[in-house]
Amino acid sequence: MRQAVFEQRHGEEIGRFERWLEHKQAGRRDRTRAVNALPDVEMPAVYRRICQLLALARDRQYSPDLVDRLNQLVLRGHHLLYGARGGHSARVLRFLAADFPGMVRDEWRLVVASMVLFFGPLLAMIAALIAHPDFIYHLLDPRHIAQFQEMYDPANTRVGMRDADDNVMMFAYYIWNNVKIGFQTFATGMAFGLGTIFYLLSNGLTIGAVAGYLTAVGHGVPFWSFVSGHSAMELGAIVLSGAAGLKLGGALISPRGLSRKAALVAAGRPAVKIMYGAALMFLIAAFIEGFWSPLKTFPPSTKYAVGLAIWLILLLYFLFAGRGRGT
Amino acid sequence: MLDTTARIGTPEGIELTLRVAGPVPRALAWVLDLLIRAVILVIIGLGAGALGQFGAAIMMLSMFLLEWLYPAWFEVNWSGATPGKRAMGLMVLHDDGTPVRWSAALTRNLLRALDFLPFMYFLGYCAMVSNRDFKRLGDLAADTLVVYREEKPRTLKIPEAPPVAPPFQMSAAEQRTVLDFAERSARLTPERSAELAEIAASLTAGRSGDAATGRLVALANHLIGRR
Repeated sequence: MRQAVFEQRHGEEIGRFERWLEHKQAGRRDRTRAVNALPDVEMPAVYRRICQLLALARDRQYSPDLVDRLNQLVLRGHHLLYGARGGHSARVLRFLAADFPGMVRDEWRLVVASMVLFFGPLLAMIAALIAHPDFIYHLLDPRHIAQFQEMYDPANTRVGMRDADDNVMMFAYYIWNNVKIGFQTFATGMAFGLGTIFYLLSNGLTIGAVAGYLTAVGHGVPFWSFVSGHSAMELGAIVLSGAAGLKLGGALISPRGLSRKAALVAAGRPAVKIMYGAALMFLIAAFIEGFWSPLKTFPPSTKYAVGLAIWLILLLYFLFAGRGRGT
Repeated sequence: MLDTTARIGTPEGIELTLRVAGPVPRALAWVLDLLIRAVILVIIGLGAGALGQFGAAIMMLSMFLLEWLYPAWFEVNWSGATPGKRAMGLMVLHDDGTPVRWSAALTRNLLRALDFLPFMYFLGYCAMVSNRDFKRLGDLAADTLVVYREEKPRTLKIPEAPPVAPPFQMSAAEQRTVLDFAERSARLTPERSAELAEIAASLTAGRSGDAATGRLVALANHLIGRR
C-alpha cells in the first residue's frame, strides 16, 4: 500500500487519538475547551490499532516523518495507559502493618550483620571508655568533648537548657542530620557495601565513645535518661539503613545467576522500601528526641522505662507484625 | 549506531524509540534546580528570619525537604521532570518507558548521595559515560532513563523543489539520511554539500556539483510527500 493511501485510510483515526491525548494532557483550564471525540473506554483498542499502524509504517519503510509522528503518539499513549496507578492510602497502611516488618524479617541475615557492625563497636567503646575515659581524646575534638560534657552536666535543670522554640529547632536539626546519615549509609552500600560498613562502624564507634565517656565521668544519669526515649527508633533506623545498604552491595558482589545490573535492580526495590520505613523511624526518633527526651519533669526511672518499652514494642513489631498474611 | 537512542518494547509488541540525554544537559538541569532551590530557601529564609529559633527550624526542615524530596516529588507528579529538567526538555522514565513512580524516583534520588562522591557527581559521571544509556548509579539501581521530551514531532524544513521519485525502494535509514541532508544543505557551502551528495552515487546517478545536491533535495521533496 502506498503511503498516501495509508494516510488517507487511517488519518482520521490517528487524528482522533491525537486529539484524545491532547485533551488528557491539557491543563485543567484548557480541558473544557478541547474537543474530545473519543470516549475513554475505547482508548485501549484505538491505542492498539495505532501500535499496529506504527509497526506497519516501519515495516513498509514509510517516510520518517510519519514513523516519527506515530512513534510519538504511541509513546504518549503508552505513558497514559501504563502510568496510572491508584489506591495510595490503602497501600501505606498495608506497608506499615505487614509489608515493612515482613521485608525486614526476610532480610534478617543482613539485619543481624548490620547490627553486629554497628552495636559491636558501640558496646566495645562503651566498655573501653568506662575503663579508660582519657582514650576519648584520641577520638574526638576536645571542643566537642567539652560541649557534650556541659550538655549533660547533672547541675543543669534541663538538658542543654532549652525552651519550647529550641525543641522545635532541635527536632528539625535531628531530621536533617540523622536522616542524612541514614541515607548516606544506605546509598554508599552500592560501592560493594564498603560505604555502608564504614558508616556503621564509624557511627557505632563515635556514639559508643561518647556514651562510655559521659558514663565514666559521672554524667551517666542525665545522658542515659536523655537518650533512652529515642534510642530504639534512631539506632534501629541506622541498623535498617545499614541492612538496606548491604542488600545493594550484596547484590553486586553475589548476583546469584543474574547479571549484576539485574541483581542490583531486583535488590533495589525491597531495599528502598526498607528505607521508607527507616526514614519514618528517623522521623519518629527526631520527634521523641526533640520533645520528650529533654523533659526533666519525669524522674530518670520513668524515662528508662519508656525507653525500654519502645525497644520492646519495636522488637515485637519486627518479629510478629503482619505474620500469617501471606506477604 | 552512534545515535544515543534507547529502544523499548511495549506489551503491544511495538518498539518505541527514545533519545537518551547525556551528561551536559543533565548537569545544566541540575544547576538550574540548584538555583531554584537556593531562591526558594532565600525566600523562606527572609520570612523565617523574623521568627527566631522557630524560623531556624522551618529553615532546616525546608532544607531537608528541598534536598531529598524536591527532585523525587517533581519527577512523580510533574510528568517526570523537575523544573530544571523541564527547562532543558528532559524527563525521567522507567526502563520500560512508563512514567516514574515513587519507588524508582526515590531510589534514584537517594542514590545521589553516592553519585555525588567524591565531589560534584564524579562517580555519577563515570557511570554515565561507561554505559550506553547514560545512566548514573542511581538510574542503574532504579531502572530509570533520562530522555528528551518530544511533545511535537519536529517539522522538517526542506527547501522546495520539484519532487522526483527515488529509483528504488529506500530503507528507513536511507530515507532519513537523505532528509537530514536536504535539511542541512541550506546551511552548508555549495562545495561541501555537492561533495556529500556525490557520495550517494546510486541516487544521484553520476551527477556532480550542484546538480547532485539538487537531485537529493528533489528526492527529499518526494519522500516528505510533496507531489
